Amino acid sequence: MDTPNKETTPGTSPAPRRVKPKLVVDWERCKGCGFCVEFCPKEALDLSGDFNRKGYHPPVVDDAKCVGCNICELICPEFSIFCKDAEGAPARKGKEPKKTHLAEPLLRMDRMPHIWCPGCGIGTTVNCFTVALSQCGIPREKIGLVSGIGCTGRVAGYVNLDSFHTTHGRAIPFATGLALGNPDMKVVVYSGDGDLTAIGGNHFIHAARRNMNLTVILVNNFIYGMTGGQTAPTTPIDAKSSTSPYGASEPPFNLAHLAETCGATYVARWTALHTRQLTRAMQEALNKKGFSFIEIIAPCPTLFLRLNKLGDGLSMMRFFRDNSEIQNGADTRSVAIPYQGKIVLGKFVDKEEPTWLDRMNNQMSKALGTRHVPYGAPKKEGEAKS
Amino acid sequence: MTRTPAAVQAPLAGFTGADPAGVASGDHFMDGDFACAEGALAAGCRFIAGYPITPSTEVVEHFARRIPTIGGVFIQMEDEIAASIAIQGAVWAGHKSMTVTSGPGFSLMMEHIGLAAMAEVPCVFVDVQRGGPSTGLPTLPGQADVMQARWGSHGDYEIIAICPNSPQESFDFTIDAFNLAEQYRVPVMLMMDECVGHMHEKVTIPRPEDIKIFPRRWTKQAVGSYLPYKPEFDGWIPGMVKAGDGHFFHITGLTHDERGYPAMSVECQESLVRRLVDKIRLNADAICRCEEIGLEDAEIVLIAYGITSRVAYAAMEEARRRGLKVGLLRPIILWPFPERRIRELAEKVNTFVVAELNYGQLSLEVERCAAGKADTILIGHGGGTVHEPEAILEVLLRAAPDAIGRQGPRKRMSPLRAAPDAIDRQGPRKRMSPLRAAGKKR
Repeated sequence: MDTPNKETTPGTSPAPRRVKPKLVVDWERCKGCGFCVEFCPKEALDLSGDFNRKGYHPPVVDDAKCVGCNICELICPEFSIFCKDAEGAPARKGKEPKKTHLAEPLLRMDRMPHIWCPGCGIGTTVNCFTVALSQCGIPREKIGLVSGIGCTGRVAGYVNLDSFHTTHGRAIPFATGLALGNPDMKVVVYSGDGDLTAIGGNHFIHAARRNMNLTVILVNNFIYGMTGGQTAPTTPIDAKSSTSPYGASEPPFNLAHLAETCGATYVARWTALHTRQLTRAMQEALNKKGFSFIEIIAPCPTLFLRLNKLGDGLSMMRFFRDNSEIQNGADTRSVAIPYQGKIVLGKFVDKEEPTWLDRMNNQMSKALGTRHVPYGAPKKEGEAKS
Repeated sequence: MTRTPAAVQAPLAGFTGADPAGVASGDHFMDGDFACAEGALAAGCRFIAGYPITPSTEVVEHFARRIPTIGGVFIQMEDEIAASIAIQGAVWAGHKSMTVTSGPGFSLMMEHIGLAAMAEVPCVFVDVQRGGPSTGLPTLPGQADVMQARWGSHGDYEIIAICPNSPQESFDFTIDAFNLAEQYRVPVMLMMDECVGHMHEKVTIPRPEDIKIFPRRWTKQAVGSYLPYKPEFDGWIPGMVKAGDGHFFHITGLTHDERGYPAMSVECQESLVRRLVDKIRLNADAICRCEEIGLEDAEIVLIAYGITSRVAYAAMEEARRRGLKVGLLRPIILWPFPERRIRELAEKVNTFVVAELNYGQLSLEVERCAAGKADTILIGHGGGTVHEPEAILEVLLRAAPDAIGRQGPRKRMSPLRAAPDAIDRQGPRKRMSPLRAAGKKR
């Protein structure tokens, strides 16, 4: 089967001459979305005829066909299918044998199952985020995560980081205070399109303008999910929503273009299907100083797809496969997303600019000379608690 | 006539001196806004997020000028909504932080006052009150945000509000605001008004070692087992941590359990909101603070706060010269309201006369606590200037017991409560007269 996941991330690709990991399905976590079955490159998975307790058909594995590529593990939004290191496999350098889903060590598993619907793409993006986190080289305690309100806003509650579930639209200004308050930290904002660009639109453009040292991960499902499918600033013209029952008539934001024109120093767009590229983009964004922005197009089966009669989450993932085009470096003016049209993906912007704090410190020392006490230098031991 | 000074609370164990870097010790001639900025610096605040609005802007202007030589951040945000939550991000990063605004900006900050109450974020909101509603009188005083400070955000919660009446108090009470915020883990409002904010007076800034700072109540729990909302101090107050120290904690504005996890249950709502309310209500006697002048023989108690208390003082002196037994009660901490004190006084005195730059906010509390045992007369004012002392004096004279004797017992009722009678006698045109009369004759 043809998948767009042709690139591999260094470090996650299977090492040669290894013992093939065993694919394990956590039967009860599965919500039967079918992503793993559809996008397995070896067609090693099929939905079982049996039901789990929730009434879904979890996948069954054909061990003979499985090569342990872990695409299913990365794409599963329920963290229910994963590669486990086989008994007697050679120890990986400096690592414990892998026995659980890759996301588990970075999630609050006592809060599972999560609230996202079957076929929602947010869980998949969280998988990619956890991989990016473990590979970015930043210590976990130095990463903070801030969400607003909405379906994606719930990410803060599930990741096992210093995490903040704030008010609707205000994740970015909260994160601004957190990032400036502790400049040693990398602060990530993880929220939805309505939260970040409607009610939070003012904060989004100003944080980008300031080149605040934040990574903003925006999951765009074209609609307000949590509140029941109302029109968002991203809803394409003609798409229906519960408040646009005859189709939306307002032009939506081209978010990549908005971010770039406002001053973002890293802008990328991927879909929930493009797990490898998305993981790498997240890793790059985490290591970027300044305002980095990743837009992730994800399916909302319960509202956007149902109201528009576009099928389920899997149909949307197939649509991503068939209708997306990778154009790294594309002019962001050309990457607006039409209703049911071509989605341009890629890394559009990656440049270096001084951050707000760099500029502030430079300006002050220019004006004040030696009287300036630079802010953001590493604190002396015990200073903050004295 | 005795005067109990506006003393700072009895020092609690655990106070420390101030960080000398932020303390400009000495005598200064400055306005209330500058004094507030100096108070914040002395209190150890190194992070202010603000948005310009008259008449509060001088606070952030002064802070912006001072902070680069001390080491800290001033950021001018895109609006007050952003400012009021950026300071909370900074608190979780370990800072003491504050934002400053006036009426319309204060309205925009309401949601985040609720968040600070819910997530128990110690921070300070300064409201330099101007005439309202809406854009109102940007450059002129008002005191009509008093109820908003208490009830402005949705849901049930408690805050602390402090009201200075001079630049010196603006300095002192800004420090107190930070101390109370840390002690009770609540947002604290500093309710200045335009007059206090723009009035220049002598401000004495003590030596750093003479300034009492209540340090942050850091958790005693171990890394790895930290419960963000487990009460650790005084049976009420959870211990703080800061992001980046490896606690991996979660904070939410949703109803949450001790782990900080959302918990959508009636039981959790009950235990959380009850604790948020009780930690202030049950400590109200320890928090409340009033200045009292000449109350020992008073038959009439004049109540005023902020700039109005200084006008009221002149009226009280004149009334005393004319032989009226008038005392002045100035609530310094407006919220929690000095309920017990008003109840005690209501047993002894005949009348409370409340002067405030609004048409009845704190007077409602006075009337509630007097509970019919003493009358409450409001001297309302729309703001834009202060009361004339003569207007207050006139009401005091009318409220005096011998005057009441002449008018008969029915007239002892407060104008507010007497209104229905007045309507019957005087017809609808006079409906508002008891309230307005005081203002018009001045």
